[in-house]
Amino acid sequence: MASAERAIALFRTMARIRAFENAAEEASRGSVAAFGASLAQSNIRGPLHLSTGQEAVAAGVCINLENDDYVTSTHRGHGHTLAKGASMDAMMAELFGRASGPNRGKGGSMHLADFSVGMLGANGVVADGMPIAVGAAHAIKIREEKRVVACFFGDGAINRGPFLEALNWAAIHALPVLFVCEDNRWSATTATDAMTAGEGALARARAIGVAGVRVDGNDVFAVDAEARRLLSDVRNGRGPRFLHAVTYRFKGHVSVDAAAYRDSAEVSNALANDPLVIAEEALDGAAAARIRKEAEAEVRRAVDVAASAPWPEKGEAYLDIQDTGTAQWR
Amino acid sequence: MALMSYAQAACAAVGDAMKADANVVVVGEDVGRGGVFQQYRGLQHEFGAARVIDTPISEATIVGAGVGMALAGLKPVVEMRVVDFALCATDEVVNQAAKARYMFGGQGRVPMVIRMPIGLWSGSAAQHSQSLEAWFAHIPGLVVVTPATPQDNYSLLRAAIDCGDPVIYMEHKELWGLQGEVEARPAELGRARVVREGKDLTLVTWSRTLHAALEAKTSKSVEIIDLRTLWPWDRETVFASVKKTGRLLVVHEAVQAAGFGAEIAATVAEELSVPVKRLAAPRIPVGYSRPLEDEARVTAERIAALLR
Repeated sequence: MASAERAIALFRTMARIRAFENAAEEASRGSVAAFGASLAQSNIRGPLHLSTGQEAVAAGVCINLENDDYVTSTHRGHGHTLAKGASMDAMMAELFGRASGPNRGKGGSMHLADFSVGMLGANGVVADGMPIAVGAAHAIKIREEKRVVACFFGDGAINRGPFLEALNWAAIHALPVLFVCEDNRWSATTATDAMTAGEGALARARAIGVAGVRVDGNDVFAVDAEARRLLSDVRNGRGPRFLHAVTYRFKGHVSVDAAAYRDSAEVSNALANDPLVIAEEALDGAAAARIRKEAEAEVRRAVDVAASAPWPEKGEAYLDIQDTGTAQWR
Repeated sequence: MALMSYAQAACAAVGDAMKADANVVVVGEDVGRGGVFQQYRGLQHEFGAARVIDTPISEATIVGAGVGMALAGLKPVVEMRVVDFALCATDEVVNQAAKARYMFGGQGRVPMVIRMPIGLWSGSAAQHSQSLEAWFAHIPGLVVVTPATPQDNYSLLRAAIDCGDPVIYMEHKELWGLQGEVEARPAELGRARVVREGKDLTLVTWSRTLHAALEAKTSKSVEIIDLRTLWPWDRETVFASVKKTGRLLVVHEAVQAAGFGAEIAATVAEELSVPVKRLAAPRIPVGYSRPLEDEARVTAERIAALLR
């Protein structure tokens, strides 16, 4: 069990992610015409993938990372970004498409990045963060730096080729990367189990020679303890490690997806296994309630700040493409 | 100044870049043994296996890891062996390398050279013979370079490594043995070269068909331009020539339909209202057998026949 101080830090990160996801969900009503929902005016546009229910994985892993360690993430990456230390105000501004976002409004939710805290990007393509994480880890090795990389990906990614390629590459070069399979059990609207042969993520990693463990991804203290142990191996030059964290996606694939295709007993069991409630049991009740209130107040401010932040100038559309030839070729 | 082959010139360029900057690394299949075309010969011996990195046959991760390396401070030169294999990494090239700087709002850049040789390579058939430069020229965020001479394979490769953004670097597989005098100097990307002056017609080409154009026998006075960089392409040089000659022919080895010649011809026609014409490959896969392969080959004779 974590110290009281560490438990509070973990819970605070989870509460901030939960508050952020709830506010983002609210701001994205009508964001995209899909899953039977129709398009409406909304502050957050396009597909918004929420990590509600998965907060313990981001919090438990990232508490073990330093500011200059790297993280690569997925399309469901708000939690990883926040847990890695990005500003909530800036993140919400990015989701609102404003110039004050870390990506200056060019990325939104799916490409959210904050290089100032080592967060090298969410990713719109399943599994594509994995080779990038491996490359960053290879650069660390070549440049003889002390950092490590935490590479988050979902259970859907284990059925794509880059999963095999990236694990194999990291293993043969003994690279400093922790692979974190954040297994929410759903690949968009399809149960991952039904689409996965064999014994799944951890067995595949072990078959490639990458050691790891499976952990209850809704128990933030267990995630923290296992991540700390695995990252200690990674930091000591023992090569890549693998954390298979089993959790559950409380919401649909995107915010407008009601996820009615799921079995109601499965969903109610999952909701009864809320990672925040589990963590709260280890905390003083008053402290937990106060932390939740503070997180909600923080996100309300972030929404207000984002809503009044400036839009990007039109000319920004032509910046940061490439230096060679951009001016000549609008 | 030294006499070098097209492959040796590229090798010298990478070696000189590695000497000049410790962040330049080579990543790809078989590079430790010099590469299948010997375009990396001796580099692993000189710079070590940590900087000349042999990889599994994992094209997606060769490019994807190159993106990660670049975002973390390195300047990778990654090898795809042939453009046909680079298709296994198209997602990483198009969705990651080309987009990273833009979608992250300039927080990171990808100073990476992705070498993907193009072109017919005698008897190599449909999956080892393609010229797909137009695909990549279509993608915002990519620079596309097609050297035709040993000098350019030194100079343009040095420039590509120093570019700061992702460069699709397309050598031609039938040019590896071409010999020429090479000076160790970089060139400017985006600058074409007038290889032969003329007054009747402007012929724009790149890569292997430059040599076919130079060999084509004609009584006409043809101004031959080697485009060298397809994106950004040198409108200034092409326009100046066409204003002088009054007509344009674009010649390339890639399939003519939706090839990059269409972009040049359309731009020149729109801006200068002169007659334009293209000569390129028919829209057929490259066949294995000699007479079938020859149907896809743009030769000096075909160019000469068109000029008559």
